[in-house]
Amino acid sequence: MGKGNILSLLILTLLIIIFPIVIKDTYLHTIGIFAGINALVAIGLTILMGYAGQISLGQAAFYGIGAYISAILSLHFGLPVILSIFLALLVASTAAIILAIPALRLKGHYLAVATLGFGEIIHIMLHEWGPGGPSGFGDIPKMNLFGYTFTSTNDYFYLVWMCVVVIMIFSLNLINSMTGKALQAMHGSEIATQTAGINLTKLKIKVFILSSIYASLAGAMYAHYVTFLSPSSFSLFHSVLFLMMVIIGGISNIWGGIVGALIITILPEVLRGFKEFDILLYGLILTLFLLFMRKGLVPMTIATYKRWIHR
Amino acid sequence: MDSQIILKIKNISKSFGGLKALENVSFSVKTGQIHALIGPNGAGKTTLMNIISGLETADFGEIIFKDKYINKLSPDKRAKIGIARTFQNLELFGEMTVLENVMVGMYSKYETGFIKSGLMLNNVRKLQKDIINKSLNILDYVGLNHRKNEYAKNLPVGEQRLLEIARAIATDPILMLLDEPAAGLNIRETKNLSILIKNLKEEKQINLLIVEHDMELIMGISDTITVLNFGKVIAEGNPLSIQKNPDVITAYLGEED
Amino acid sequence: MSLLLQFLFSGLTTGSVYALVGIGFNIVYNSTSILNLAQGEFVVIGGLMMWFFLEGMNLPFATSVALTLTVAATLALLMERLTIKPLLKKGDLLLMIMVTIAVSILIRGLLMFKFAKDPYTYPPFTEGEPLVIYGAVITQQTLWVIGITAFSIVILYLFFNKTMLGRAMKACSLDIKAARLMGINVSNMVMLSFIISGLVGAIGGIAITPISLMEYDKGAMLSVKGFCAAVIGGLGRGRGAVVGGFTLGILESFTAGYIHSGFKDAVALLIMLFILLFRPAGIFGKTETLRLRKF
Repeated sequence: MGKGNILSLLILTLLIIIFPIVIKDTYLHTIGIFAGINALVAIGLTILMGYAGQISLGQAAFYGIGAYISAILSLHFGLPVILSIFLALLVASTAAIILAIPALRLKGHYLAVATLGFGEIIHIMLHEWGPGGPSGFGDIPKMNLFGYTFTSTNDYFYLVWMCVVVIMIFSLNLINSMTGKALQAMHGSEIATQTAGINLTKLKIKVFILSSIYASLAGAMYAHYVTFLSPSSFSLFHSVLFLMMVIIGGISNIWGGIVGALIITILPEVLRGFKEFDILLYGLILTLFLLFMRKGLVPMTIATYKRWIHR
Repeated sequence: MDSQIILKIKNISKSFGGLKALENVSFSVKTGQIHALIGPNGAGKTTLMNIISGLETADFGEIIFKDKYINKLSPDKRAKIGIARTFQNLELFGEMTVLENVMVGMYSKYETGFIKSGLMLNNVRKLQKDIINKSLNILDYVGLNHRKNEYAKNLPVGEQRLLEIARAIATDPILMLLDEPAAGLNIRETKNLSILIKNLKEEKQINLLIVEHDMELIMGISDTITVLNFGKVIAEGNPLSIQKNPDVITAYLGEED
Repeated sequence: MSLLLQFLFSGLTTGSVYALVGIGFNIVYNSTSILNLAQGEFVVIGGLMMWFFLEGMNLPFATSVALTLTVAATLALLMERLTIKPLLKKGDLLLMIMVTIAVSILIRGLLMFKFAKDPYTYPPFTEGEPLVIYGAVITQQTLWVIGITAFSIVILYLFFNKTMLGRAMKACSLDIKAARLMGINVSNMVMLSFIISGLVGAIGGIAITPISLMEYDKGAMLSVKGFCAAVIGGLGRGRGAVVGGFTLGILESFTAGYIHSGFKDAVALLIMLFILLFRPAGIFGKTETLRLRKF
């Protein structure tokens, strides 16, 4: 992990610590919590898309599985929250494997639509078979870690963002490791990667599972924070939102996941005044980004910085 | 002379639709030799390379490597048992550095799981340092050390071809398939390439099967040459006999070099 | 028996729209190897704009149709020129997928802005007694939908096989280099393929709205189902999308009728997933490598 990343991690940790101290508005804390939860999904998706070169239009499915399974296990089966979350990750990974094994033989558009189809099927399943059906269900136990229940937004904010930091450390290690290089190689040239002795299928499945774990963890954290779930939070629209986070933040850099998540989470608040415009603005922003800033904010900032110091 | 056979191609045939790309091709690569595969354009050489490395399957025939029948092995398994290759249309990892390209070649020998990699435990860290050192040695060997932090896509063609060879060396191969390694190289680069190839054979004991169009290079370094035309073997022998072979001369008549 | 026929006709009706969307997918796919995930939005455009001209501005029927189709064609043209053309050269498949998704959101946003979230409809093309066959009630509009779809399919067939322009487009889909060498302006063909598929979608929207109403956000599901239809028949095969669309519509209708309406949407997805994973070439197609056309 290079100096840049270590420095960024330290700055991030610092910002996390002082944010609730400097900013007293609990509403902003809530937005911060959602941004952190979204960041978890976005980081995983960036690794999947930017590094391994795959695509998923169905991340909301894993997000939803994580949320629902953890909620159901803790609420209906009385399992401790931490155990429920763990089992939820297991279920999500299994779903990822079931999807990945056939789907990863597909490429490009076919893979995109297969993941889209998968996402929609999970959405329908939640809609038909989830507790409460389309109306959803509540009374989900709050996050509880070794006896300590997280009730205040302050607590939850630190919890979520500490998770983000830990996940970032893990992810940065992964990317800089031989495994990370293998992923990038696969993105660069599949045939050369194979003839260098790397089994693509195994690698793709593993990275798919990884992204599903990140997303389902986020989902579980969401469930135990809002304590109420309904299928409408886990639709294609949300899968597309996660995609937007990755694109806007920068698909080639996992820090982009955090930046993109922040922007996409804050955007509805900024657009609150423009009720009828909001979808239009989403579409416009995304289109403009793809046309003119498709590298994403983080890579572009880094490139600008590099040009500036080389003057 | 060591006359063990490292790679045996037996009656390989491949058709694409109605087109017969390879018809009953058979030859053997002996250990300790540089074996060249030549022939006019469209003779089927790259198809054969693809079949040997596992990227394509033959319709008929057998590929026997170190006395084992390997037709059913996937490309990555073949690399693991010691078959490496370079590509006519360069297949570098363009967005990765020169050093990283070579490091990827070492992945399969030092594979670490996702979890261990993410935790970056001490032994993983040491392993990575090891790999970096070994990769730098290889870059030194081919003469690319000064480029180690350049992005592969920014290299001139000559150096890109060297990089592909370096990456292939990293997989610790027994047999290296070089598909037109001299394409796009100037005279000086080609001379250096022939020295490198000879060193691979003598110093690193790597067996080589080379597809090439540069006749001077081929005649200068090969021990045995197999000539293909229209998917069939039309001649085989040492450079001297191939140069005099009337069938070979006819096959190349009218060919632009 | 009457129930069966009822479901059958209902299925044929929705299947018609799926078929048209699927055909639209195929036309763009054949000329560019892109999947235009905004395809379904043009159906919505067809329905809502038709309402706007017919009911909102009280224009005569034929004028409204013409204006609606013009709007659809223009939007398709703008989409292609502004977002597809500049990015196609990059050869980045992921980028193209994202762009069509982005444009679909943009269109949906425009529609929501103009039309809000309400459902819209207008009177059927002809008023009159519905047909009754073996106890199944079949409205005249149903026949219009099926008829217009069949007519469009015939027109498209004639266009692609009997006109110079259509055959030029077909040439592009078969071999782009050869087409260029023959003097065919590939870039124009791409533009035309977007325009035609936009029109085809809009026609479906115009026809179906009197039956099932139209809302701003129906586009996404239509895109997915239209894609399913195309995949079932084999991506890129015109007639395949027709078979796929009708099959899908009928299966959905039977599922909703005999099993449970909540699972209606799952049918399309499950079939599509099944085909993608186990027979990607569709029930008619041969295996094909997916590659972004080099421009």
